[in-house]
Amino acid sequence: MFAGFVNALRNEGVKVSLLEYLTLLNGLKAQVALFDVEDFYFLARASLVKDERLIDRFDRVFALYFRGLQAVHGAILADIPEEWLKQLAERFLTEEERAAIERLGGLEKLLETLRQRLMEQQGRHEGGSKWIGTAGTSPFGAYGDNPEGVRIGQASSRRRSAVKVWDKREFRDLDGEVELGTRTLKLALRRLRRWAREGEASELDLSGTIHATAANGGCLDLQMRPERHNKVKVLLLLDIGGSMDDYIEESAQLFSAARAEFKHLETFYFHNCPYESLWRNNRRRHDQVTPTLEMMNTYGPDWKLIFVGDATMSPYEITEPGGSVEHWNAEAGTVWMARLLKRFRNAIWINPRDPRAWEGTSSARLMRQLIEGRMYPLTLDGLEAGLKELQRGRR
Amino acid sequence: MTDRLRFASTDRYIAARDLEVAVNAAIALARPLLVKGEPGTGKTVLAEEVARALRLPLIQWHIKSTTKAAQGLYEYDAVARLRDGQLGDAKVHDIANYIKRGKLWDAFVADTPVVLLIDEIDKADIEFPNDLLLELDRMEFFVYETKETIVAKRRPIVIITSNNEKELPDAFLRRCFFHYIRFPDKETMERIVAAQHPNIKQELVREALHLFYDMREVPGLKKKPATSELLDWLKLLMIEDIPLEVLRAKDPKVVIPPLHGALLKNEQDVHLFERVAFLARRGQ
Repeated sequence: MFAGFVNALRNEGVKVSLLEYLTLLNGLKAQVALFDVEDFYFLARASLVKDERLIDRFDRVFALYFRGLQAVHGAILADIPEEWLKQLAERFLTEEERAAIERLGGLEKLLETLRQRLMEQQGRHEGGSKWIGTAGTSPFGAYGDNPEGVRIGQASSRRRSAVKVWDKREFRDLDGEVELGTRTLKLALRRLRRWAREGEASELDLSGTIHATAANGGCLDLQMRPERHNKVKVLLLLDIGGSMDDYIEESAQLFSAARAEFKHLETFYFHNCPYESLWRNNRRRHDQVTPTLEMMNTYGPDWKLIFVGDATMSPYEITEPGGSVEHWNAEAGTVWMARLLKRFRNAIWINPRDPRAWEGTSSARLMRQLIEGRMYPLTLDGLEAGLKELQRGRR
Repeated sequence: MTDRLRFASTDRYIAARDLEVAVNAAIALARPLLVKGEPGTGKTVLAEEVARALRLPLIQWHIKSTTKAAQGLYEYDAVARLRDGQLGDAKVHDIANYIKRGKLWDAFVADTPVVLLIDEIDKADIEFPNDLLLELDRMEFFVYETKETIVAKRRPIVIITSNNEKELPDAFLRRCFFHYIRFPDKETMERIVAAQHPNIKQELVREALHLFYDMREVPGLKKKPATSELLDWLKLLMIEDIPLEVLRAKDPKVVIPPLHGALLKNEQDVHLFERVAFLARRGQ
């Protein structure tokens, strides 16, 4: 019945399964939602979406799909006898206005055009001067200011408000693709925790052994269990200053989130691109530096390296010796990046800028090449993908 | 019989329409309802209120990080049996004496349908939901020790809450209805407050809500106050009989609302709030 809707959802990345679709149909059969589009929306949402981050996408598809139906409904309304319309027109329209209608070819033409546009129109529309929608100057649609306007969808406000629940898009800030807010950051943080708890080594399960031995009537029965690893070691390298100023807050949030989640977390700062020295305390960056080599020797290859930076600078800051804006660097940024990546096989780069801007910035492109494409945006989805990559591990 | 049951907002619990639909769908199709949402928005209370509204008994199963799925079904107390065996107790010959029923077992064999609350499922091990898949889907399980199958006489209404600490497996999610309790808007909040504290002064509520939503807007709070905190706070305000003027006070010296301890649960938040409030008041 709603196979098209389910398909549209799947195309938008809401992976609805057959089971869930059947559940929805069963729910309708059990009369959970009766003759009320809002109830139907709630039922569909409860049975098809299982992740609050996807609810916004669901809302968008729902609006698009069922807005279409409403428009069809309007077309049926527009099929009321033309005599009525003509009478109305004669009663309410002035001479000039009727002349204006003639310009479009009379009422028959008006309705004909309407039908055509209903067939052509794909989605929902606002403003503009041709398509059917709201607040436009097109002859068709509601709240317009065309004298020949045909109102469509006005009948929809039979409930308290004209704005549909799904049009409010109240779950927008839960979408995984939007940038992190305070709440979503907490979620990302949870993800880090889950990731930090996995392990493979085995250890003796003492209480399990006692139980199994007792259950076995007193014969020793050894039980092993996987070790709980909460010891993921993370090196966080944060870019600060300059172009990163706009993202300081987000990065600081990520930083404090990460701090709470790992037992072993070391933080260093760099500016734009890591060179031969890093610093631990940004306030004392000029008098207390840690040579990068020393850092690399201190922390073993089992540490996971996370860069956080916008990778926005002049390309020569990466490629040329002496390219740094702050000091004279004897070796180019590429050399240092290569060294770091050789030492720490598990590394990702988190970039707080919009991914669409990466391609347009040659330094970001360059950095992304250096890190073999492992650059992720600072969004929930981005973090998840990045952490998955780290978890996979490269040997 | 279950499909006759319908849930609606009660005088004590204000449920949004979408929540009602989700609960009714779960009841009608006898599938679990998974409820997520900010802490303190009434996820656990929901199960209690559903049970109260439908006049069904409530069985609560609170999950901890050490809880195993099998504990919800039954536990075989092997140690007790070993001890009895060594003492020569006659009980030892019947293994059924050492099987302890879990919450799911209780829910399955109850004579009337029951509401089963599985609270904070995300606290448990990551495999926990997977281990309950079949049991919740078919509402039956097998006891290996006694070779009997326990089948639900009446499918219980299962309500599961999660705080999002762990991702739940897809296969599990597909078998549930899902509802995300959003933080209520001011209007709904007034109804909730009216239901909880019927004789509270209207004015007081309005001023308090105002302050409360302002407080939620403060950026960077570690734990935003939620519905349950608001209700506690209002209760305190009533007991202390705080006059309206105090809530309205724009006096820079009184920057922090009275009895804020009920709303902010962490001293960093209190400091932050003081700073923000101070700046805001000075700007006025």
